[in-house]
Amino acid sequence: MASKLLQIKAISGHAGTVPGGNMSRDYDVCKLVDTTTCIGCKACEVACLEWNDYPFHPTTFDNTYQTMPDTAWNYWNLIRFDEHTAPDGTFSWLMRKDQCMHCADPGCLASCPADGAIVQYANGIVDFNQEHCIGCQYCVTGCPFNIPKFNPTTKKVFKCTLCSDRVSAGLEPACIKACPTGCLHFGSKDDMKDLAERRTKQLREHTAYKDAGVYDPQGVDGTHVIYVLNDINNPEKYGGLPKNPSVDPIVRLWKGPLKWIGEFGIVLGAVGIAFHYLRYGPKEAEIQSGGDHERHD
Amino acid sequence: MSDTTSHAFLRHGPPSDRVQRFTWVERIMHWFTAAVYIYAGLSGLALFTPYLYWLAIVLGGGPTIRTWHPIVGIAFVIGVFWMHHVWSRDLKLDSDDIKWLENVKYYITNQDEKLPPQDKYDAGQKVYYWGMFGSAIVLLLTGPVMWFPELMPRNLHWVLPIVTFLHSAAALVTIGGAMIHIYMSISNIPGSLKAMTQGHVSRGWAMLHAPKWYARISAREKNP
Repeated sequence: MASKLLQIKAISGHAGTVPGGNMSRDYDVCKLVDTTTCIGCKACEVACLEWNDYPFHPTTFDNTYQTMPDTAWNYWNLIRFDEHTAPDGTFSWLMRKDQCMHCADPGCLASCPADGAIVQYANGIVDFNQEHCIGCQYCVTGCPFNIPKFNPTTKKVFKCTLCSDRVSAGLEPACIKACPTGCLHFGSKDDMKDLAERRTKQLREHTAYKDAGVYDPQGVDGTHVIYVLNDINNPEKYGGLPKNPSVDPIVRLWKGPLKWIGEFGIVLGAVGIAFHYLRYGPKEAEIQSGGDHERHD
Repeated sequence: MSDTTSHAFLRHGPPSDRVQRFTWVERIMHWFTAAVYIYAGLSGLALFTPYLYWLAIVLGGGPTIRTWHPIVGIAFVIGVFWMHHVWSRDLKLDSDDIKWLENVKYYITNQDEKLPPQDKYDAGQKVYYWGMFGSAIVLLLTGPVMWFPELMPRNLHWVLPIVTFLHSAAALVTIGGAMIHIYMSISNIPGSLKAMTQGHVSRGWAMLHAPKWYARISAREKNP
């Protein structure tokens, strides 16, 4: 549920400007997930359910420690477990906390037709407003991370809010609060980026993880959830994290040129028809028989 | 009581100066398809552009149109396939039609006498029909995917942008055609709306707009 306290930057399906947009500045918030210090305890999964008041979900055993195969409409936060064997034969568990990435350029918001169903706050949080959601799932089409999930009973789509309700009250998200190892951090984007860079430098210089890096994909103008990965060149092995995510170019064509062609085409068509009516007018039949002119319609 | 007293009787069929163009079944088919098309088109436009999202409110709200648009869309496709069954034989393009289309500027500028004679439907109507028929097939193939995206497995999500784009593009083709179609029937061709409401046209109308068809039916009238 969207917070009433945060400054709004962008609104889905909205004709015209954002009311009160740019009224005040807010610094970008960011969640940092250091996958190298995650122990897979799932305290963040529990904290997410507790804060958002969802019941515990039946688990699905999938030959891993993963709670279930995918996130769900009422299970927004899932540690993805992947068994990985390095070329030298060493085995490791790759554990990645999967949730909404809060893209700076959100594909869900670009695709959504419902006015106000998705908002982006000035601090970078992308939030769904279920009272305006119509259940079309265009957000699923637009999302490069497969995050929005449909509730078939209420016909509404749900996802991680980055605890916008807590953040607007000056609190950190529930998952951050619960993390026992300190692998989750929350703060300004600049601070989290800086912390992540220092951590990857440490990994590269003092451990065997020479390819450690920060995952902050630029294809979606960066995200408000960033990862420290011990192998930045292969993000896919961390539970299918896309390497170069971006909003699908066909979504861009649909919401860009095709929409403009449609809008202008309908207006130009109406103007053209009016012009034709005034310039040429109706085609009326007249029968000529024995010099009599008789009008028929 | 004198034999010279005038009296009226109920007419069955068109008046003697008019000819039947559409049967009552064809008229029901047309207006059924038109009604569901208008609902599906307007609700689709609401979902297509924020500037027309107010149409969603007019039609009962966003969740309502999200529920009904696909169902009514199926009704539209059924209507188009019904039309195909009944009309497609008269809608095949012949060599006169090709010449007509090459010289369509004379039709637009009301210089119809420079155009080859047309059968029951002119080439413009035929092109409109095939545009609607082709678009209806695209809408039918893409619509169900957008209806139930939750049933799409993750590894097939890449088709969602493609079907959404094709659905919108095909719908725009139908909207362009329908705008012209409605203008022609209401204003540009006097008498054609009555053909689709009451079923008949004047002989002058038939001679002017469908001379090859009129020649056939008037020959049939002379030699039944």
